[in-house]
Amino acid sequence: MTALLETRALARTFGAVTAAADINVTINAGEIVGVIGSNGAGKTTFINMVTGYLPPSSGEILFRGKSILGKAPRQVMRAGICRSFQVAQLFPDLTVLDNVLIAYGMLKKGPLSLIRPLSTVHSIKQAKVLLEEYDIAEYLREKVVTLPQGVRKLLDIALAMIGKPQVLLLDEPTSGVAIDDKFELMDTVMRAVRSSGAAVLFVEHDMDVIARYSTRLIAFYDGRVLADGPTAKVLKDDKVQELVTGHHLEISYPKEVSHA
Amino acid sequence: MRYSTMFVISGATALLAAGLVMPGWLTFLLTLALAKGLVVMGLLLLMRAGMVSFGQGLYYCLGAYCVGIGGDYFETQNALVLILLAVLVCGALAAVIGLLLCRYRDIFFAMFSMAFSMILYGVLIKSSSFGSSDGFNVKPPLLFGWTPGGESGPLLAYGLAVVAVTAVGIFAWHYLRSPMGYAGEAVRENEIRVEYLGISVARVIYIKYLLAASMAGLGGAITALAAGHIDPEMAYWTTSGEFVFIALMGGTGHVAGPVLGSVLFELIRTYAFQISPYTWQMILGIALLAIILYLPKGVWSLVERVTKRTAV
Repeated sequence: MTALLETRALARTFGAVTAAADINVTINAGEIVGVIGSNGAGKTTFINMVTGYLPPSSGEILFRGKSILGKAPRQVMRAGICRSFQVAQLFPDLTVLDNVLIAYGMLKKGPLSLIRPLSTVHSIKQAKVLLEEYDIAEYLREKVVTLPQGVRKLLDIALAMIGKPQVLLLDEPTSGVAIDDKFELMDTVMRAVRSSGAAVLFVEHDMDVIARYSTRLIAFYDGRVLADGPTAKVLKDDKVQELVTGHHLEISYPKEVSHA
Repeated sequence: MRYSTMFVISGATALLAAGLVMPGWLTFLLTLALAKGLVVMGLLLLMRAGMVSFGQGLYYCLGAYCVGIGGDYFETQNALVLILLAVLVCGALAAVIGLLLCRYRDIFFAMFSMAFSMILYGVLIKSSSFGSSDGFNVKPPLLFGWTPGGESGPLLAYGLAVVAVTAVGIFAWHYLRSPMGYAGEAVRENEIRVEYLGISVARVIYIKYLLAASMAGLGGAITALAAGHIDPEMAYWTTSGEFVFIALMGGTGHVAGPVLGSVLFELIRTYAFQISPYTWQMILGIALLAIILYLPKGVWSLVERVTKRTAV
C-alpha cells in the first residue's frame, strides 16, 4: 500500500497538559480507518494538527512524502486533505444550495472569480447532483439553521468532499444523530466517499459503527496511540477493552446490573 | 448586455439629462449624495462580510486631499487625472493598512479603522501648509481642457458622480454575485469553514478593504471637485459615522441601497436644517430610528417589497 499521510512523533501540549504525544500513524490510499478513544484522548487534537488548525508542539506530518507541517488549513485542504467537524461547520443563515455553491466557488481562482457569477445553471445543476449523492437534495432551498442534525452532518461532509480529497478526516460524523439514523447516515457517506477513492479516517464513539465500517482501527488513550491494527483485533485487545471501550466493566458487573 | 445593466445605464443617462434642467442646489445635493453613496457602497462590501468600518473617512478625506494637493503639485485641473490619482493613493494606503486590519474583527476592526482616520485628521489639523482646520480651496475641474463655466460648473462633478456611481455600482453588483463576493457572506457566517474550503479569510477581507478604500477615495475626490473646498473634517470620526448611518438607512441588501440611503440622507438633512437649524440632527436621528424600527433592512427593502409584489 502507498502511504498517503504519515505522522511522526507528533505531539501537542497546552502548558502542563499533554493533549497528544508520540503519535505515529500512517494512512494508506483507499483505507477506511476508525479512531476511538475516550473524551480527551487526543482524537480531535490529532485531526486538528493534521489539518493545520492546531500547530503541533513537535513531530512531523507528511502527505505524499512531503512535509505539510506549519501549513494553514486552506493549504492542507488544497493539498488534498479535507475534513468534517464534530459540530458541523456550515453557513447557517444561508440555504443549503448557497452553502454548496460557495464551496464550489471557493475552488475557482483568478481575476474572473471577482465578477463571474457564482450561481449559474451549470453550478446549480452541479450542486443538485452532489446533494442527491448525499440524499439531501430535498433541502436545497432550506436555510441551514432549520435543518435536522443529521442533514447538517451530511452537508458538512459533502462540503468537505467538494475539494476532491485524497484523505478525508471525519470528526464524529454520527454525533448528535439519532441511533436509528446512524447507519443510514454512514451508509450514505461511505457510498459517496468510496466512489471517490479517498482514504477515510473517522472518529467515532459507537463501536457498532466502527465495527461495521472501518477496516483498520486506531485506539487513543491519554494522548497516545494505544493500539493500531485490523478493527476486529483492536476491539479484542485487552488494553483497549480496559481503557477505551470499557467492555471489562460489563464483564465485571452482574448481568442484570449491566442490562439496567 | 443584460437587461438589468441596460436598465441601469438608461437610468444613468436619464439622470445625466435631468442634470441639465435641475436647479443648481439639487445638482449639488445629488452630487454630494452620489459621492457619499460611493463611499457607502464600499462600506457595504465590508458590512456584508460582517465588518463595520468607522474609518472610511480616512479614504474619503485622502481622496479629496489628493485632488487638492495633486492639482497644485502636478499643476493640473484634469478631473479624470485627479480622480485616478485619488483612487490609486487610497488603494496604495489601504494595501498597507489592510495588512494589519484584516487580522481584526468586530469592535477591534471598527476602532482600529477609526484610529487611522483620526491620525489623518490629527496630521491635517496640524499642517498649516494644508490650511489646518480651515482646509483649502480646490481649483475648478476640467475635462480634457473643457472648462464648464458659470452655472454649468457643478454639472461636470455631477456628471462624473453619475458615471462613477453607475460604473462602480455595476461592478459591485457583479462582484457581490461572484465567488469572491459571496465569500464575504461566508466569512461573516463561518470563518473556519471558509478556511477549510481552501480560501484565506484574511485575503477575502483584504480585497474587500482595498475595494472599499478605493471607492471611498473616489467619493472623496468627487466631493472635492463638486464642493471646491476640502478640510480635515472629512476624516473626522463623525464623517465615518455618517457613512455607517447612511448604510443603515439605505440597507445593505443591494448595491442601490447605499445610493438611495445617501440621497435620502442628504434630502432629510437639507430640509431638516432649513426647518430647524438648531435641532436638525434630532430630526435625522428620529428618521434613522423610524427606519430601524419599521424597515430594519433599510429603505431598499421597501423597494424590494414593492417589486416583489408587482412581480406576483
